[in-house]
Amino acid sequence: MPATDDNLVEIRGMHFSRGLSKIFTGVDIDIPKGKITAIMGPSGTGKTTLLKLIGGQIKPQQGTIHFHGENIPAMRTRKLYAARKKMGMLFQSGALLTDMSVFDNIAFPLREHTRLPEVMIRDLVIMKLQAVGLRGARYLMPSELSGGMARRAALARAIALDPEMILYDEPFTGQDPISMGVLVQLIRSMNEALGLTSVIVSHDIQETMAIADKIYIISQGEVVGHGSPEEIDKSDSPWIKQFMHGEADGPVPFHYPALPYKEDLLAEY
Amino acid sequence: MFDWFAKVGKNAIDFFARFGREVLLFIQAVIGFATLIPRPGLVVQQLFSVGVRSMLIIIVSGFFVGMVLGLQGYNTLVDFGAEESLGVVVALSLVRELGPVVTALLYAGRAGSALTAEIGLMKATEQLSGLEMMAVNPVSRILSPRLLAGIISMPLLAAMFSAVGVFGGYLVGVDMLGVDSGAYWSQMQAKVDFNDDIVNGVIKSFAFGIVTTWIAVYEGYSCIPTSEGVSRATTRTVVYSALVVLGLDFLLTALMLD
Amino acid sequence: MSSTRVLEISVGIFVAAGIAALLVLAVNVSNVTAFHSGDQYIVKASFDNISGLKVRSAVTIAGVTVGRVKAITVDPVSFEAVVDMAIDSKYNEIPVDSSAGIYTAGLLGEKYVGIEPGGAPDFLEQNSEIHLTQSSIVLEKLISQFLFSQSDSDKKDK
Repeated sequence: MPATDDNLVEIRGMHFSRGLSKIFTGVDIDIPKGKITAIMGPSGTGKTTLLKLIGGQIKPQQGTIHFHGENIPAMRTRKLYAARKKMGMLFQSGALLTDMSVFDNIAFPLREHTRLPEVMIRDLVIMKLQAVGLRGARYLMPSELSGGMARRAALARAIALDPEMILYDEPFTGQDPISMGVLVQLIRSMNEALGLTSVIVSHDIQETMAIADKIYIISQGEVVGHGSPEEIDKSDSPWIKQFMHGEADGPVPFHYPALPYKEDLLAEY
Repeated sequence: MFDWFAKVGKNAIDFFARFGREVLLFIQAVIGFATLIPRPGLVVQQLFSVGVRSMLIIIVSGFFVGMVLGLQGYNTLVDFGAEESLGVVVALSLVRELGPVVTALLYAGRAGSALTAEIGLMKATEQLSGLEMMAVNPVSRILSPRLLAGIISMPLLAAMFSAVGVFGGYLVGVDMLGVDSGAYWSQMQAKVDFNDDIVNGVIKSFAFGIVTTWIAVYEGYSCIPTSEGVSRATTRTVVYSALVVLGLDFLLTALMLD
Repeated sequence: MSSTRVLEISVGIFVAAGIAALLVLAVNVSNVTAFHSGDQYIVKASFDNISGLKVRSAVTIAGVTVGRVKAITVDPVSFEAVVDMAIDSKYNEIPVDSSAGIYTAGLLGEKYVGIEPGGAPDFLEQNSEIHLTQSSIVLEKLISQFLFSQSDSDKKDK
């Protein structure tokens, strides 16, 4: 059992494959308490899968994922659900329930898991909405929200039960610069004001570098580098360099695996 | 040669694996019924989208089917001078067969496909995943109320179909073709047995309610979460429901006539 | 009126309409008397031939249905058909010397059992038997009898 108390989540030797494609081959990741940890990497490296593994929605074939010192893949359903109440997850699409208003969406986890009177739920929802600046939008339906607003509403829902940790799945993707700025600021203030542990999965380098305390770079199923943003920035690793500077070719090849070009051109058709 | 056996074997394995998943999901959803006891509102909401919204098409179809039975039945019976038995023909056809079966087919097209599409889209937009991460079981929260509403709705819809159909047959037979009104009802009442015909019809529609809603819910829940996957799942719901309803109808009829 | 209220009311109407339809089917379409199948008693009768009589065929007195055929078996000794009739206990004063016959409703109609009441002071009870029976008229036999008699008279004429 991992000894350090500083880490909320500890992943050790985790292997995961879907069908024949290996997504993770022996990954070790520590997520320190109260800090913002970013998981970065090119698209298609299973970053979202990693969040689902932490949330216990899928199980790794090998290795352990400890949350509060308990191995998530080995948990019974009841225990897993109890652990999930301590996590909030912000999905890329927001994942708001489309058949209820913003207010009811944020009240949803409170109504499901607590027996609070409706008056108190109303106050809590308004407080959460105030935190994300959508108090005025509470009677709108999810379909009436812009992408950035939907993500903020989803964030309000993710913190409704006052979790210890929030998992952000690509929070910056597809946002205009203003919403992006708003989200960066929100994530940071959540972290500071509520003492939340945050895990951000992203490939937006600037924004992530600006708020992360610790960065892991994943490529082809392995952790290729980790450290503080400064350390990552100074790293000599060709993987990290390519990713951080957005070079088209490098250790991550530009070309999808194929026959040699010349051979392909000359091949009999 | 071996390829052929391998193919047969693979299909068989796939079929049973699929059936096993369906049964497991059904059991989970039925266990989830317990969570609905303190929250009947969830079922009421689904009764609305599954039952109330199917009511109009069922009533209109039942009326037309009854009128057609009246016309066809009259033309056949009048050759034997037995047009007084029109009520029997109309009522027995409706209560025993057409009521439960046609209702189930219409239901699969109207409500089943909508259920599949709704659940499939919830999956595609990560809403089901979101529920799971909020520590809410999507099976008992989303599937169970829909399944229960479907099981409650189907016998009610089938009863409406048959009742309206009997009046449709009356309208054509008695008002248009001149069958004696008293004979229409009295022959019907003499020949239609409560236990053997009405109760068996209700049992059938109850069974159809279970299988069609079960198929709809399973297809939505297990679909590939893309727009194409959802559209395919919706088609499968209608096709499988129709096949299973007709096959099950034969089985149940054979058992009941025994 | 809030939307949840509209929803609740329409669901209420739906369920009420469905139950009403079931009631219509039970009361108007079927013979709901079969509801209380408890208050019946069984009377037996043996016939030489019952051709066409079925389980659930009607049992009538003076044309009024008083019960239904419950079971039809063959007596292994006498080879007669034994018909068990379930008669509504409302009609519990049928004399023991009543006779039972198998008749046809119309030329091609269903067969039914008609009971002709007798005049004895005792009444039929559970499992008692009607001794006077008249078998079903078999149409083919009737027609062939008629044809043979015709051909006989033809011969005489010649």
